[in-house]
Amino acid sequence: MHAGIIFLLVIVGSILFHIFTPWYWTDIASNWGGMDSTITLTFWVGGGVFVAVCLFMVYCLFRYSHKEDRRAEYKPEDKKLEKILTWATTLGVCALLAPGLIIWNQYVNVPKNALEVDVMAWQWGWQYRLPGADGKLGTTQVRNIADNNPFGINPDDPFGKDDVMIESDVINLENNRPVKILLRSVDVLHNWYVPQFRSKMDAVPGTVTFYWFEPNKVGEYEVLCAEYCGVGHYAMRGGVEVQDKADYEVWLSEQETFEQLSARYEKLNVVDGNKLAKK
Amino acid sequence: MSDEHDNNKSYQAQSSEVLDGSAGSINPDMDYVRPAEIPEQDLYHAHSFIEKWIFCQDAKVIGVQYFLTAVFTGIVGLILSWLMRLQLGFPELAGFMTAEHYYQFVTMHGMIMVVYFLTALFLGGFGNYLIPLMVGARDMVFPYVNMLSFWMFFVAVMVLMASFFVPGGPTGAGWTLYPPQTILEGTPGSGTGILLMLISLSLFVIGFTMGGLNYMITILQARTRGMTLMRMPLTVWGIFTATVLAMLAFPALLVSAIMMTLDKVLQTSFFMPTILKAGEVLEYGGGSPILFQHLFWFFGHPEVYIVALPAFGIVSDLISVHARKNIFGYRMMVWAIVGIGGLSFFVWAHHMYVSGMNPWFGFFFATTTLIIAVPTAMKVYNWILTLWRGNIRINTVMLWCLGFIVTFVNGGITGIFLGNVSVDVPLSDTYFVVAHFHMVMGIAPLMVIMGAVYHWFPLVAGKMLSETLGKWHFWITFLGAYSIYFPMHYLGFIGVPRRYFEMYDSPYMTSTVGMNEFISVAAFIVGAAQFILVFNIIKTLKTGKKAEQNPWKANSLEWYTSTVPPEHGNFGERLPVVHRWPYDFSVPGAKDDFIPQTTAPSEVANTEVEKT
Repeated sequence: MHAGIIFLLVIVGSILFHIFTPWYWTDIASNWGGMDSTITLTFWVGGGVFVAVCLFMVYCLFRYSHKEDRRAEYKPEDKKLEKILTWATTLGVCALLAPGLIIWNQYVNVPKNALEVDVMAWQWGWQYRLPGADGKLGTTQVRNIADNNPFGINPDDPFGKDDVMIESDVINLENNRPVKILLRSVDVLHNWYVPQFRSKMDAVPGTVTFYWFEPNKVGEYEVLCAEYCGVGHYAMRGGVEVQDKADYEVWLSEQETFEQLSARYEKLNVVDGNKLAKK
Repeated sequence: MSDEHDNNKSYQAQSSEVLDGSAGSINPDMDYVRPAEIPEQDLYHAHSFIEKWIFCQDAKVIGVQYFLTAVFTGIVGLILSWLMRLQLGFPELAGFMTAEHYYQFVTMHGMIMVVYFLTALFLGGFGNYLIPLMVGARDMVFPYVNMLSFWMFFVAVMVLMASFFVPGGPTGAGWTLYPPQTILEGTPGSGTGILLMLISLSLFVIGFTMGGLNYMITILQARTRGMTLMRMPLTVWGIFTATVLAMLAFPALLVSAIMMTLDKVLQTSFFMPTILKAGEVLEYGGGSPILFQHLFWFFGHPEVYIVALPAFGIVSDLISVHARKNIFGYRMMVWAIVGIGGLSFFVWAHHMYVSGMNPWFGFFFATTTLIIAVPTAMKVYNWILTLWRGNIRINTVMLWCLGFIVTFVNGGITGIFLGNVSVDVPLSDTYFVVAHFHMVMGIAPLMVIMGAVYHWFPLVAGKMLSETLGKWHFWITFLGAYSIYFPMHYLGFIGVPRRYFEMYDSPYMTSTVGMNEFISVAAFIVGAAQFILVFNIIKTLKTGKKAEQNPWKANSLEWYTSTVPPEHGNFGERLPVVHRWPYDFSVPGAKDDFIPQTTAPSEVANTEVEKT
């Protein structure tokens, strides 16, 4: 009966591994604890089914292993048992689906007070843009992108002038304030993903996608690209620094706006032009 | 009418010889089966070595050709996986490997294993060999097209393999081939490599369509007398439904391959929006990368079931034969196969929850995906209920089936995590996904393939594979594969993203170094263990014990051919006549613990057999 024993050990080993594993969630740092809870619920229900099915299988191996003088039972169907199992499974599936859909509903409905952050991706890097005092981001176009307009903001859009440009792969966020991440890409698919925030979404060239979360733990986090984007994919990292309101505002005030950036480039051009003229 | 009865009688005389002369009293009324609707087809018999073994029209030889070609691609896929695991577990030993190489290996491994190995093996290999035998036909209905199907597949494999040797190498776009990166600089093999991949896939679809039409029409039109649909072995049901899915799903792959080829060669913009690359705006605009994903997964999700349904069918038959018990709830099993097949066309976007498609789709696709869990769970219950109160032979074949149940249930349940939209958000694009799909559509179907090889080898080669070697092969493979993929889920919980050439030093990634080394070592061992089977086959062919006819005491028609291995035409002078389903095992009152499908009711008149 060694086969049954080994299968039994596999089941017991799986349970022990789950209990004693040093590898589990990275500590959560956002509002999406509900996702973790749903996973835990699915784990208990699903894990329970897995263990039950496997133990039943092992039991059958012990109890009904081949004997020449015995016959198996002959019973092609058992309508009642099949009905019970169908309904029990349906019920279990509904119990798992319901919380999943409730949380998805929260995920796709962004709170009104969320701060919009434009996350712009390319092969292979990130940069960020925040709305200025008007609270609105200016519209953009890939064709507008240039040295003096790194985000491709439409120059005629009045909302764009005061947008805050962060030409760095690290962005700061205010603790306990919901953020709506607006994703776009200028070349291929990317995905702005911080494991601690649990949430993610692809950046798709040609369109703007979004998701939201509320960071709730001050600290520094690593951003990973979670959608394969070519040979530099694994190296496409960035960062997030979650700060308290006061620190965040200090940081924000040090950033350059689109207007300031344009002015800086104009001055540069004038200087360059002067140099050229002298030559 | 009287002619019909005469036919039956003469056939029964023939079949009762096979059954050790246990002919009972013949009751003409009970033995009546519908007369054949079409006369026997003439077969084209081979005249030369080339016609017999190379450009062959015998479905059995074509099946073996498909099998061997698929196994060849599978070994290439296996070697690629070793190289990937070397990089992930022991990067210091993989100094020769660049990120470009790594992504090329990932891509080719995925595409080979899913399409050229599993699909070709189940449908081209087992389908060709087993369908005519199991439904009681002399061959496929279009033998010549069947031969073309294999050779088209062969050319597709050659084109695919050629891409390893072109400048720039094979494509490294990931097996999903998501544009725009697939055809842009920055992805390895974005020149010739991707074109060869798209051509190879197109050839595969064309070849597969030829084969698929054959499988479908043979099953629908060429079944022998008495073989009603509800008397077909579940293997045939699984392969049939999978073929219907393939006929509907592969066109989506073909059109996306054609459109992408046009985007690549003629700069059309089916999938290409305005793109800024290296400071320049490319000559594309207005296309949708997400459109490709919809097309791809409209093929890609049914593809999962194209692999899974034949596995479901085959494992049902193996479990029933070796547990000496009828498959529990046959009708439920048939409807579950058909239902899963139908539903599989309504779940494709669960691969795209975080793709940027309209997020409201999530509600619909999460619901359909979790609905599919119900018929799937019913199949699992019925497998274990077949074991229950059975008389289980714990031999190599049964061990593979048990291994299938464990890995399939494990992988099925992690599927419920990923299908449940908001649970998918933290887990998608991580190693949890890699672990899930390898468990459920890599290891689980592989277990069935192996079980099927040990089960049907005596039929194909006329010799019994070594049980001792078979058990070593099973335990190393099962325990090894389980210890690769079970812990891998936890990498996904941590948040380790997939398709990373190197993990660098992120704190939550450095903690996984030990696990990655362990997984790599297990992968090397499991891969090497597959050569036990190769050794077993060679040894058996040379010195193995000759198999008796029907060594497993099974009921289905493939074991009741006139010769073993079956010759061209399968069934000698007369086609068998079928009187029952193939699952009459351990019927109370019967002399043996099995009643072949060809046994007339009158021969077992005093048993308690249920009418099927």
